[in-house]
Amino acid sequence: MITVENVDKHYGDFHALKGIDLEIASGSLTALLGPSGSGKSTLLRVIAGLEVPTSGRVVLDGRDVTNLAPQQRGIGFVFQHYAAFKHMTVRDNVAFGLKIRKKPKAEIKEKTDELLRVVGLDGYQQRYPSQLSGGQRQRMALARALAIEPAVLLLDEPFGALDAQVRAELRTWLRRLHDEVHVTTVLVTHDQEEALDVADTIAVMDAGEIAQSGKPRDLYDAPSSDFVMSFLGPVSRLGEGLVRPHDLEVLLEARDGAREAQVVRVVHLGFEVRVELLLADGNGTSADGVGASEPVVAQITRAEAAALELSAGDIVWVREQLGTRGADGPKAAAA
Amino acid sequence: MSPSLATDNGLSEVPPASPAGPPGCSRLRARPHRRARAGGTGPLGTGVVTIWLSLIVLLPLAAVTAKSFDDGAGRFWDVVTQRQAVNALIFTLVVSLLAAAINAVMGTLVAWVLVRDDFRGKSAVNALIDLPFALPTIVAGLTLIALYGKNSPVGIDVTYTRTAVLLALMFVTLPFVVRSVQPVLLELDREMEEASTSLGASPGQTFRRIVLPNLRPAILSGAALSFARAVGEFGSIVLISGNVPFKTEVSAVYIFKLQESSDNPISASAVSVVLLGVSLLVLIGIRVFERRGDQRA
Ligand SMILES: Nc1ncnc2c1ncn2[C@@H]1O[C@H](COP(=O)(O)OP(=O)(O)OP(=O)(O)O)[C@@H](O)[C@H]1O
Ligand SMILES: [Mg+2]
Repeated sequence: MITVENVDKHYGDFHALKGIDLEIASGSLTALLGPSGSGKSTLLRVIAGLEVPTSGRVVLDGRDVTNLAPQQRGIGFVFQHYAAFKHMTVRDNVAFGLKIRKKPKAEIKEKTDELLRVVGLDGYQQRYPSQLSGGQRQRMALARALAIEPAVLLLDEPFGALDAQVRAELRTWLRRLHDEVHVTTVLVTHDQEEALDVADTIAVMDAGEIAQSGKPRDLYDAPSSDFVMSFLGPVSRLGEGLVRPHDLEVLLEARDGAREAQVVRVVHLGFEVRVELLLADGNGTSADGVGASEPVVAQITRAEAAALELSAGDIVWVREQLGTRGADGPKAAAA
Repeated sequence: MSPSLATDNGLSEVPPASPAGPPGCSRLRARPHRRARAGGTGPLGTGVVTIWLSLIVLLPLAAVTAKSFDDGAGRFWDVVTQRQAVNALIFTLVVSLLAAAINAVMGTLVAWVLVRDDFRGKSAVNALIDLPFALPTIVAGLTLIALYGKNSPVGIDVTYTRTAVLLALMFVTLPFVVRSVQPVLLELDREMEEASTSLGASPGQTFRRIVLPNLRPAILSGAALSFARAVGEFGSIVLISGNVPFKTEVSAVYIFKLQESSDNPISASAVSVVLLGVSLLVLIGIRVFERRGDQRA
């Protein structure tokens, strides 16, 4: 269990963390999600001891570690750019923490070999990091961090430098690994899909503060603010509120609460269809394009699309589907 | 012409092991930075470099070597085995190695402080490092005499001692290790050190196991340059050492005396050739050492 209590971090006169309170349950996989510069890495480094908080406490399993050097915390840290020991073979990289702990040779060898098998790098023992692909390097870094049997595993955008496909593979793999070894894990990411995919708990950070934390579903369904809502997936602005594309209903005639709109584009994405609409009153903008007449995006099923026979230029009516989110929307939560 | 200039080690030709199969013999596999040396300049580049090196370095060296044998091999041997010549040579090598060793330690420390620490006047200190390069070495000698000579304002007189020679060498070779280590240290991935720390290594262990191995090639090549420079140093030594035979006389000064005072260019050449040969051996030795460490690492 990691407890972060009222942690502040100043860099000169820059306030990077503002009174962070966070509890991370033992054995959980928590994602720290937030835009660039929101303080995710800083918070992670404070937990690891690589950064000393200006004020506040960090408690690991009931032990106050705020003033403990990083090497005494028993925390595994995985960096975005691997931080591989370039001058050592894969085996020596993974064995590093064990050698520092002066474990017997045979034990070290057995353990590193086993870990390399777990991360799928068996047979690569004698290679140097430069002879591995990015994904392999990161798996080596993970094995290296796991070798010391850390109480806590911290990953700072571990897959950030990899391409989309390898990323997706590795995060599934990480989730499985986590289910096997059950080490308390905190994963920093700015990719909401990654967070929703692997985490038990998500903490969304914004400008040095925790905007909201909780189960992925709760955050998705009941975001506490427009910021959290727009960060967890695509949204469009419809009148006052934000709506998700799949919560929009496209109709062929005027109904209660529906707004007139013109179809700009119909995109077939295979299993679903994306309809881009321009509201007749010019009120619709996507959440990021402030004021600009960005199209409102609706996402409908293929069957619905076939029934509607939409094509560019058509006039339709659009409204938020009733009963999808009920009273849980951001407006309701904020009120 | 020697094509070996472009591919100075056959190791870079070894293809990397296939990604799937387990890696084979690690001694033969190319290390990262060697592989990065692909993309050569082709025969034109090789040719230009060969001609250039020949004109600038090899021909003059060949000329002096030829000259040294003008009186025959027997005479050559007699000249270079004279006690004064041998003494000067041994002293030169020992004091140069000592200077290189001290530089390796202190130069690394200076580079470390310049890169990692923040203090007022840092850029001034940084600029100061190159001063020994810019100063005519005879001026360096005069400076040292002013401070550590007969009328030393600090009461330390080292003139005509071996310490004086070492001091002069330390002065003129200061920049080498600093300047070779500094860029490597700047580029060094700080996260490597943080990873080491998070894995339980103390600052000392991190330095020894992570930082030092990465700086090692730079330290060694800086030290090798210091050594080479020290072996040939003349100007800064000639005044303060007094050139006492069998004590503070270095080979460069001895050669100068042979040429100027005894008007004996053939003997001067002979001693030069030996100095050259021995320095070359030491430099090659350092390279081999460097490479071995590289492979073991
Ligand atoms: N050593 C430092 N000195 C000064 N400011 C810093 C330092 N480290 C981080 N900051 C600032 O603190 C803020 C938070 O940085 P942090 O690295 O935690 O962001 P992040 O959420 O990890 O962003 P990213 O997703 O881009 O990695 C940034 O505005 C950054 O400029
Ligand atoms: Mg970051």
